[in-house]
Amino acid sequence: MSVASTNNAPSYHILSVLVQNRPGVLARVASLFARRGYNIFSLAVAPTEDEALSRITIVVDVESAPVEQVVKQLFKLIEVVKISELDPRRSVERELLLATVRVTSENRGQIVELTNIFEGKILAVGIEAITVSLDGNPDKLDDFEDLLRGYGIVELQRTGRVALPKLEREARLRAVKGKAL
Amino acid sequence: MKLTGAQALIKALEMENTEVIFGLPGGCILPAYDPLLDSTIRHILVRHEQGAGHMAEGYAHVTGRPGVALVTSGPAATNMVTPLCDAYMDSIPMVCITGQVPTTAIGTDAFQECDTVGITRSVTKHNELVMTAQDLPMAVRQAFHIATTGRPGPTLIDVPKDVLTTTMDWYWPTDAEVADSLPGYRPTTKGHPRMIKEAAKLILESERPILYVGGGVLKAHAAEALRELAELTQIHVVTTLMARGAFPDSHPLCLGMPGMHGNATAITAMQRSDLLIALGARFDDRITGKVSAFAQEAKIIHVDIDPAEQGKVRRPDVPIVGDCRLVIEEIVKAIKDLLAGGAERAETALWKSRISGWREQFPLSYEQSEPGEALKPQFCLEALRDSAPEDTILVSGVGQHQMWSSQYWKFEHPYSWVNSGGLGTMGFSVPAAIGAKVGRPDATVWAIDGDGCFQMTAQELVTASVERIPVKVAILNNSYLGMVRQWQEMFYEERYSEVYLSPEVPDFVKWAEAMGCVGIRVDSPEEVQPAIDKANGIDDRPVVVDFRVAASEKVFPMVPAGFGNDDVLLPPSQMARKEFLR
Repeated sequence: MSVASTNNAPSYHILSVLVQNRPGVLARVASLFARRGYNIFSLAVAPTEDEALSRITIVVDVESAPVEQVVKQLFKLIEVVKISELDPRRSVERELLLATVRVTSENRGQIVELTNIFEGKILAVGIEAITVSLDGNPDKLDDFEDLLRGYGIVELQRTGRVALPKLEREARLRAVKGKAL
Repeated sequence: MKLTGAQALIKALEMENTEVIFGLPGGCILPAYDPLLDSTIRHILVRHEQGAGHMAEGYAHVTGRPGVALVTSGPAATNMVTPLCDAYMDSIPMVCITGQVPTTAIGTDAFQECDTVGITRSVTKHNELVMTAQDLPMAVRQAFHIATTGRPGPTLIDVPKDVLTTTMDWYWPTDAEVADSLPGYRPTTKGHPRMIKEAAKLILESERPILYVGGGVLKAHAAEALRELAELTQIHVVTTLMARGAFPDSHPLCLGMPGMHGNATAITAMQRSDLLIALGARFDDRITGKVSAFAQEAKIIHVDIDPAEQGKVRRPDVPIVGDCRLVIEEIVKAIKDLLAGGAERAETALWKSRISGWREQFPLSYEQSEPGEALKPQFCLEALRDSAPEDTILVSGVGQHQMWSSQYWKFEHPYSWVNSGGLGTMGFSVPAAIGAKVGRPDATVWAIDGDGCFQMTAQELVTASVERIPVKVAILNNSYLGMVRQWQEMFYEERYSEVYLSPEVPDFVKWAEAMGCVGIRVDSPEEVQPAIDKANGIDDRPVVVDFRVAASEKVFPMVPAGFGNDDVLLPPSQMARKEFLR
């Protein structure tokens, strides 16, 4: 997954959406995006420190709809408790990549070396293939993926990004009126 | 106290002051119908579940209280989808309870199983599958709370059969417990003080202001506050299709309905305005026409309880999220403060004289029929209007007859007009009229219907006869799907495709009689008044009057879809002087 961006105006927005941890919440969020014609680049869901709540991290294509409308429509879902809009420039983002790459006895060493340079891990080694993992900033994963592609990717899976505001400078948290935690 | 889930459900509905349920039993909801026998709640047995939904909507429209529908699983739930969507589009408070297959059978494609919560997700404000009897009271409390607060809307509770039959310990959640259970639901009701001041200032500075009033004013019970604002500022009011009755048509400041089939003055006043004060209105495409050509010089004050409406279609200069009544009252106060502080009002005399010029030049009009010609539908409506008892509630279906109803009726009171605005549901009027009559048994309820609409839900007149709900139905019968015919005539070179309904079949009079109603047929202008007098005199059973009207009559004015409001087509007799609409 590659998200184009320039230095000044990212073409995507990261929404960090705190929801009640109840059956069907993800379906509600997903069907809202489908119903209103908003594009999702990636979506990751996981429980939070509070077991009553889950966090959904959504990367939204801002070309498909103004992010303000997306946020306001999301807020109308009863189970959405809080939405933070994270400016990609002021937040930390992480993603995990798993890839199985075709190898020969000649180039196995190159892939091991490449993985080490990126500070990734070798998860499994076979005669004709090798499985590696890499976590980190999504841009770094993009670079790694591009390099692996030259060797022949058998299977590749990325998790989609998760994000939190940066600590040193307060990330731009846009609390939307009408809801307060 | 130990109760079964079914007993708890009915008791919870009683606790919510439900006086009537519109419903139809079936396999999975059966257990809930047993304790209903011992309940104080009246149940109205419909003939099709869609009817139950529209009745609940009609009831909610006129009473302001949530309508309640109770049906079984599977096909009953899918039959509710149309009324739920209708209520969602028009922000009607409504609570629907559906049966579901037992929890152990969910997901097995059991008999009459469907994914009700999944299917209705995008047509409800909220819905919930209740998995244990113990959760039922809270689920009912939440459903009523969500349906009636903030921007109102339909909610649905899906209850598996075994949840109804197992026992639970009765409890009734407090307001605080309900609020705690919904941490993500906190509607804003009070407007932002700075925005309110800003609005007051703009209103006093405007030379060409218009109050653009939508259905939210009725939902917020803000009609009185609106009147105070209009009279204080002497600003003219347009009432959208959903807001007819929110401001009396007889008031000198009332310009009536704007939009695709609005009157020329209301349309043009919005177009030429320099300040639109939108109150509980959502800049629907039927109001704005082509958005880029809509009221180009106007600043916008947008008052709406739903933050997502702000800037959805048109970016407001002053957005105010809040309850219309509270916000209007605050604006009135702010204007009075400004005036007391010596603020000046902008000069609006020129604007007012332009408005009165338009009103004089471009009244609603139609050609009266010559002797021997077919009846004009507008003539029937005027006769119905002029003979209607005080406090009559008018209900309509969707199409030409709906537009004529809104145009030619004179609405003097809030909650006297019931129709399907957003979804445009043909077949709405008969069941909605029944629901309205149940909610307001003291009022005369006239349903205006088309012959196409009537054939979609007429069976509910059986319900009305059996339950002794004496509604009156006027069919403006032109043997066509009239609005579609109009579009084919105007935009498809008179190529009429699949719009002709038989003039002979059905025989509406016989059909009415078969359903236990009085049926009357009207062919000529002389028969109109006696038929209406007869219908108004009957109050022990429903009446159906079949007005056989001219097929070629079209609704004017009309802004063709996709065009700007300046491209409005006036009645042929007025087109020559259209340039005066400047």
